[in-house]
Amino acid sequence: MSRATIRTLAAFATLAVVVAALPAFVNDFRAQQFAYVGVYLVALTGLNILTGYTGQISLGHGAFMAIGGYTTSILMIDHGVKDVATIPFALVVAGVAGVLFGLPAARLSGLYLALATFGIALATPALIKKFEGFTGGGAGVNLFGTPELTASLTPVRFLGLELNFNNWLYYLCWTVALVGYVVAWLILRGRTGRAFRAVRDSETAAVSSGISLTRTKVLAFGISAAYAGAAGSLFAITTTFVNPDTFPVTLSIFLLVGVVVSGLGSLKGLVAGAIFIQFMPLWSQHVSKSPGAPAVVYGTVLILLILVLPGGASGLIARLQHLTRR
Amino acid sequence: MAAFFQQVVSGLASGGIYGALALAIVLIHRATGVINFAQGEMAMFSTYIAWTLTTNHGFSYWPAFAVTLLVSFLGGVGIHRAVIRPVERGPQIRVVIITIGLLLLLNGLAFWIWSGEVRAVPSPFPAGTIDIGGVAISWSDIGTIAVCLTSVLVLSAFFRFTKVGLAMRAAAVNPSEARLVGVRVSSMLGLGWGLAAMLGAIAGMLTAPNVFLDPNMMQAVLIYAFAAALLGGIDSPIGAVVGGLILGVGLNLLGTYVDFVGSDLKLPAALLVILGVLLLRPAGLFGKTVVKKV
Repeated sequence: MSRATIRTLAAFATLAVVVAALPAFVNDFRAQQFAYVGVYLVALTGLNILTGYTGQISLGHGAFMAIGGYTTSILMIDHGVKDVATIPFALVVAGVAGVLFGLPAARLSGLYLALATFGIALATPALIKKFEGFTGGGAGVNLFGTPELTASLTPVRFLGLELNFNNWLYYLCWTVALVGYVVAWLILRGRTGRAFRAVRDSETAAVSSGISLTRTKVLAFGISAAYAGAAGSLFAITTTFVNPDTFPVTLSIFLLVGVVVSGLGSLKGLVAGAIFIQFMPLWSQHVSKSPGAPAVVYGTVLILLILVLPGGASGLIARLQHLTRR
Repeated sequence: MAAFFQQVVSGLASGGIYGALALAIVLIHRATGVINFAQGEMAMFSTYIAWTLTTNHGFSYWPAFAVTLLVSFLGGVGIHRAVIRPVERGPQIRVVIITIGLLLLLNGLAFWIWSGEVRAVPSPFPAGTIDIGGVAISWSDIGTIAVCLTSVLVLSAFFRFTKVGLAMRAAAVNPSEARLVGVRVSSMLGLGWGLAAMLGAIAGMLTAPNVFLDPNMMQAVLIYAFAAALLGGIDSPIGAVVGGLILGVGLNLLGTYVDFVGSDLKLPAALLVILGVLLLRPAGLFGKTVVKKV
């Protein structure tokens, strides 16, 4: 193993230990907030594969999360499938949707793609409301208190630990997040990852070295949407309720913001991006609660972050590593 | 048949507004190469300035209109100078995120200064309708169409017949060669932002009398403007305007005559049509396919 690999594994092991130990130090309410960080981490990992590594801007990943979330809810309520067992279904359904959307979308480049995906994100809530019989319409689907939702009524015993609902959610989301993280790392360090980066850096050069643009982009779309589907499924389980407004346009926008704050084309800063998505709105409200003020704080912080840290959290980490190594 | 023509005319009026905002988006895209997500909020902010001038500072409508255009122009140039220029040379997505930050900032600022209260804005045009061949057309629709068309014509004359307009086009098309012949490229791009802010202000001030003024007023309009710009080709000023008009009329007719679409599926239907157009003509109706040099 190369030294870089060992360093990566050590960093990952540290992250896993911190994640495993965290619930012992925070209260129940915070544990649920950190569960959301795990959910966003799954989505951001997927989005970074598409936007950071393959260079395709998506403003529509909230829509793929909605597909995942609704797959989970419909399977649980209409077909009595246990919540954890629905996650693979959500992943596959969203992944297939990603491939189907990717096939035509691979023709679009740059900002056209950004706007087309934005359109998908915009249309999704309206479509969910329209197909009421299937999705429950505007009233939504409630999952809380159903036997399919693990630990919602009685604590669950796991590896000799008794976990209440929020701690269970925390461990569920972070298990998926860390597995997803490792899988992404494995995908990206090999041949597929090289093809993604080649397409991002120069489509012409990629084609001349025998890479199929359509295949690569569609693959990236599929993988990325599958991640978003799993994230949407976890989101539904964690909020215990879905309706069309669970997955608004702003979710798609904040995911893209999160991925840029993390740093494009690197997995190092993703946790920071997930924390930003979950906690930045709450922190802005701490500053001032008067109407409009939190948005002013959020917007200002975001603009300053991009100006000061153009490489995002990953860029900052890389710079720090560079300093300590000398 | 009269009902049909009425729908067409009111579609043209809202299409004119979409077209004006779409033109603003196209201007910025040509200048900076990005989509400005804050365009709608910039327009909303300008509209509040006009509102506060008439309501709190005793201006009458048209002087307030002129002052707002000037303030918006300076605001646009200022935004470019302060937050866009530093990241202009980096990847597109960074600029996109900055404009999203601006969107949140301006929206929050409007809530903060003017509160979320819904305000009625008087229309500058006379109330009532005029009868043309059995079709009743409202003066406000005619006025809206006239203002939009005038601003588009003035702008295209500016680009065609003035030295500054020519320099702006040069700076957008080929920055490095424009610099060689003495065009101050960065100032020209800032000018583009200023003009776009002005156009947005016009779109905002025309929208406000129909829908009431509140900080979220322009969000739906922005989405239709995006759609219009995509439909026409994001690099084509004519395309933006024509795209806006097609969209305005098309949406009105679709909402009225196709039951399944109604009013709640208007937006998805529009987006679907646009997606279809993009797949057949990825550069939009009037756009030119860019051939990349290696």
